[in-house]
Amino acid sequence: METTEQIRDRLLARFPGATVTLVTNPGPAAEHSLLLGAAHAHAIALFLRDDPALQLDYCSNATGVDWPDKEIIDVKKLTVPDPAGGAPKIVEEKTKRMDPGYLEAVYHLYSMALRHGPVIIRLRTTNRSDQVTLPSLTPVWRSCDFQEREIFDLYGIVFEGHRDLRRILMWDEFKDYPMRKDYVDPDDYEWEPTPHAEVLDRAKQHYPTPPPAAQPPDGPSVASAKEGKP
Amino acid sequence: MSVSDLSSFTPASGPTVRAVKDPFHGDLLEVSMGPQHPSTHGVFRMVVTLDGEIVVKLKPVFGYLHRNHEKIAENTSYLGSMPYTDRLDYLCSMSTNWAYALAVEKLSGQAVPDRAQYLRVILAELTRLVNHSCLVGFLFNDLGTSFTPLLYAFREREKILDLFESLSGSRMMCNFQRFGGCRVDPSPEWLAAASQLVNNFPRFLDEYEMMLTGNEIMLARTQGIGVLDAKKAVNAGLTGPVLRASGYNYDIRKVDGYGFYPRFDFRVPLGAHGDTYDRYMMRVLEMRESVKILQQAFRDLPAGPVMDPKAKIRGFRPKPGEAYGRIESPKGELGFYLISDGSPNPYRYRVRPPSLINLTLLEEMCLGHTIADSVVILGSIDIVLGEVDR
Amino acid sequence: MLGSGIVKGLLVTAKNFAGSYHDPARMVTQQYPEERPKLPENYRNFPFLVTENATDPMGTLRCVACQICEKECPPQCIYIEKSKDKKPDATGKAQLYPAVFAIDTSVCMSCQICVEVCPFDAIKMDQVFEVAATNRFTGLLLNREQLAKPNSYFHEIHPTDANEVDTRLAAERKAAEEKAAAAAAAKAAAAAAKAAAPATPPANPAPAPGAAAPKPTTPAA
Ligand code: SF4
Ligand code: SF4
Repeated sequence: METTEQIRDRLLARFPGATVTLVTNPGPAAEHSLLLGAAHAHAIALFLRDDPALQLDYCSNATGVDWPDKEIIDVKKLTVPDPAGGAPKIVEEKTKRMDPGYLEAVYHLYSMALRHGPVIIRLRTTNRSDQVTLPSLTPVWRSCDFQEREIFDLYGIVFEGHRDLRRILMWDEFKDYPMRKDYVDPDDYEWEPTPHAEVLDRAKQHYPTPPPAAQPPDGPSVASAKEGKP
Repeated sequence: MSVSDLSSFTPASGPTVRAVKDPFHGDLLEVSMGPQHPSTHGVFRMVVTLDGEIVVKLKPVFGYLHRNHEKIAENTSYLGSMPYTDRLDYLCSMSTNWAYALAVEKLSGQAVPDRAQYLRVILAELTRLVNHSCLVGFLFNDLGTSFTPLLYAFREREKILDLFESLSGSRMMCNFQRFGGCRVDPSPEWLAAASQLVNNFPRFLDEYEMMLTGNEIMLARTQGIGVLDAKKAVNAGLTGPVLRASGYNYDIRKVDGYGFYPRFDFRVPLGAHGDTYDRYMMRVLEMRESVKILQQAFRDLPAGPVMDPKAKIRGFRPKPGEAYGRIESPKGELGFYLISDGSPNPYRYRVRPPSLINLTLLEEMCLGHTIADSVVILGSIDIVLGEVDR
Repeated sequence: MLGSGIVKGLLVTAKNFAGSYHDPARMVTQQYPEERPKLPENYRNFPFLVTENATDPMGTLRCVACQICEKECPPQCIYIEKSKDKKPDATGKAQLYPAVFAIDTSVCMSCQICVEVCPFDAIKMDQVFEVAATNRFTGLLLNREQLAKPNSYFHEIHPTDANEVDTRLAAERKAAEEKAAAAAAAKAAAAAAKAAAPATPPANPAPAPGAAAPKPTTPAA
């Protein structure tokens, strides 16, 4: 099979104007991936599937990844000449900037016909709040059907062109996206006392009078020991 | 379009059975089968629309067993997720463990000693025997052959589970594989017992087949039912015995050659029609091939350590990077996709569940068949809800 | 012939029915409460804390409250509070001990991770399986006293493992003792060198305080 670089070059030649970037994987697995611009993603996916040399007819895995906004501190070293004529001083200048976060959909493609793979493609949304639309690849590979629904359900990426995009694992009335890194559990989702009183404390806020079982009649529970009360 | 614009679609809200009008079919009945239906193999729900007894529409509904396994794993150390993988496909914890260990080993570049590789093959193939014999038993339960074949299968499974228990300490939640090897080295007695069990297994299979394979009722109920086209199946990502029953030769043990599978001589059974009968036969034939692999493995098992001496139990932190490791689990391709950012917990942990993706074509397979057949078709796909819902 | 498949199947059923009376390979059911299952040595269910001495379980816990297991336990069901003071452990070094050690067995999934990560062989897997409590919340929350079981019990349920641990601990203890003795000898020698030359160095250096009385291990069962 061609290397990822070769595939990228071929794609760039075939689709002028498309953005195809190589994302290297520094780990020992060294499975590099291709970052596709959303505009040409569907056409490129079709090409990858039907190209006789590649024939990536099988999309094994489709998944989301959340990359939240990151604050990056750039440190620039400036050399300031000493007006007194001494050795020039080195001054560090720090600038803060926000690296905007994004949601990512990752597809692992294999060829069943030619038995090679994986070719990994990635699509990225513009941000994590309002521009979370990506083209759906379900029309190309049917196997993305449930998996894209799952990404929509757990990450909130909206796949344009998916014919039945609704929540798959969470119930329909559910509001948030649980797999995002900044997801906060609701307070009442688990209130049973465990040795870790954190859950219990949160439950207490939610239920003004804790259920009787939470306060054992005989002896101090460990939960109360954690709070430091007698 | 933003997220809030999507209309919420709830199939069969309200009564579990209701009448629907359809301009083409006329009066139809929409039945919500599950999640507490005995034949859906767990808490799985199908919303089937029926024209008389014929299925004209079928929507699967998932999530009743959802606990966000992936999120839990992202908040736990690499090792800490291992016992949770037992609970994905709770019939095949040994191979699920292997898939996860394989992905982590790929992520961290960890080597595995030879004896552990052989041991993994042995345990994975024993798991395949457990899974397939149970599946065949359950399939006959779905056909209405209440319990006799299932309990014969369970009897054999019990013997294998006893082996698992004496090796790993637990019958189903084995938690046995580690990054860089296996947890316990089996004793010679264990190996002798296992090898004897494997040698006796074909006898059970012969008996099982004598009871079931030629049974006229079974033939009438399964042949030509739920036919699956191979090309469609490839596009829909179906893997494992379900795909091979349609005649498509794709077995990850052969394709990727992970572990030590290239050292074993075995064949990949293929079906011809892609119907429920072929899917049943596929399981029986695969069990026979598994027995062959197991016999070779017991013969060739080398001596040596079962754990790489460089492997770390405490403070395991792979370097930043990502890896996708996959194995041929008894149900199909089971993959783990991991992204590491150098911390003790995975940044992203994803399970590619074969059970869920094999359901993609359930509707296509069931259309035009009676509702009783759709139960059998679902049974022949072989799902485990712990893995579907994660 | 139509129907021959069914007849063959019935034959198999008949064979199994008859076989279940005499063939142990066809009859695997155990009449549980009357017939006790024979547990394999590796069987694991719920952890317990190893104590050296059955007469003083709380004083001889092997656990040093390092809290590694608390951190590593996947469902987070261990809760430990360190003691304020120290006391000598198995190798005679002064160590902390757990003032509170609780495991919520309603959450514990018997995964054995705590056993694997414990560097002090202080927590091991038990083989209890008839665990029931009338109170779901407090009855299953086991404290230090309920969790502590003597080393002899460990030998009883996991003999191979226990012997290996004991040999290793004995070796460690011996090494620690020798080290302490050597240190004491060096100290004595230095003191003697510092003292007036005619004074003869003591023949027997004083043993280190911790290593003076290593706790006897309970003999193997
Ligand atoms: S056995 Fe597993 S779940 Fe139970 S206390 Fe130990 S680490 Fe936690
Ligand atoms: S049981 Fe072991 S790991 Fe846990 S606190 Fe005690 S010594 Fe540390």
